[in-house]
Amino acid sequence: MSTNTAVRPAEAPAAKAWDIAATICDPEIPVLTIEDLGILRAVAVVPGEYDAAGTPAVEVTITPTYSGCPAMDTIRDDIVAALGRHGYADVRVKLVLAPAWTTDWMTGEGKAKLEQYGIAPPTGLAGVRTGPVRLGLSVKCPRCNSLNTREITRFGSTSCKALYQCNDCKEPFDYFKVL
Amino acid sequence: MSGESATRITPGNALRPEDIAEQVAAGTKVSEDVAEYALRLGDDALILAQRLSWWISRAPEIEEDIALGNVALDLLGHARSFLTYAGSAWGKSEDDLAYWRQESEFRSCFLVEQPNGDFGKTIARQLVFSIYQHELYSRLVDSADETLAAIAAKSLKEVDYHRDHAIQWTLRLGDGTEESHRRMQEGLNSVWPYVHELFVDDELIERLPGVAVRPSELRAPFDALLAQVLGEATLEVPDVQPAMTGNRGTRHSEHLGYLLAEMQVVAREHPGATW
Repeated sequence: MSTNTAVRPAEAPAAKAWDIAATICDPEIPVLTIEDLGILRAVAVVPGEYDAAGTPAVEVTITPTYSGCPAMDTIRDDIVAALGRHGYADVRVKLVLAPAWTTDWMTGEGKAKLEQYGIAPPTGLAGVRTGPVRLGLSVKCPRCNSLNTREITRFGSTSCKALYQCNDCKEPFDYFKVL
Repeated sequence: MSGESATRITPGNALRPEDIAEQVAAGTKVSEDVAEYALRLGDDALILAQRLSWWISRAPEIEEDIALGNVALDLLGHARSFLTYAGSAWGKSEDDLAYWRQESEFRSCFLVEQPNGDFGKTIARQLVFSIYQHELYSRLVDSADETLAAIAAKSLKEVDYHRDHAIQWTLRLGDGTEESHRRMQEGLNSVWPYVHELFVDDELIERLPGVAVRPSELRAPFDALLAQVLGEATLEVPDVQPAMTGNRGTRHSEHLGYLLAEMQVVAREHPGATW
């Protein structure tokens, strides 16, 4: 399990920018914000740099869920647009690869929202996948809560999801797989 | 792992000139050798991604369309990171490197250039390549080059899924029907001549101790896992001689030119276009 949880900055100007960036939703899973997902890593005020109106320049750091995730482009544009609407004209979005994103960073609130939306949240921690014995926990059906489910395909509608089916209510559903 | 990556890639775009300037100013200097090494890693991922994406709409079942498409997308992501990093040494973007290099300027291995064949052959190539890439990235995470280590750490988690996907199919096809067994074994036999090249050390590797992973070190763990999987799948480790390959030089298999023609045509037809 990684302890590299992103922290909302303490000082006021950066915290304000964080709160704006934190409202951006993932374009593929519109119920989750980039904060819920752990994509938003840091927000900082660039020391001594201001835009024409005197608003501080801000640097927003994000990390991709999967290397090829095409949602990153939209997320970057959305961050720049949202901060722009709040008067930040100089916004720099930085993409970092280390530490590598893991589903362990998803917030509890995020997991609850995901389940409500009809996508089963990741069960268990990423570290569990790397041991000598791969222990998979049952994936709970987001519709009827049954644990009697089966994997149909490990690669689903987006990089981060697998396709499951509930053996009780028979409904297929997306599962946000552990990474 | 360090709290912050040295890699600065603008999502959706090639590394911008100002990013490169910032990196160089911050002391990140990509040497010619490291760039060349990153080019090899990126080209393998790029060419295999291009090959696998062909399967979309053509796989035996829709789940496989999606699976192979996802694997291709992951590999394309690795390629973008590696090529952006390599290109920063020469003031070139990932797109410059992907679309505007000639065949002789690519550094991919022969294995990833091989045609898809039937599903059995594609799975055989996936099995061999993902086991190799898993062993490679598992070691590259300890590279003295922070950017290579970061890309490897990110990519390794994805390759873990790719390898499992290939192993599951190998078991199912090998220990399936007579026909699936035959095709899987033939697939393995046909990719086997290109396996040797993956594990050859050369001068570039010698010049990058602590940065590059020594390919020859990967052979023993590769053979061990492969033998275990093939044993379980009732398949034989092929007894086929290595083919003449390009050894990461200017020479490529006869298949690469056709692949590049298809991959590069739109960018070359409309220079400067974005989409």
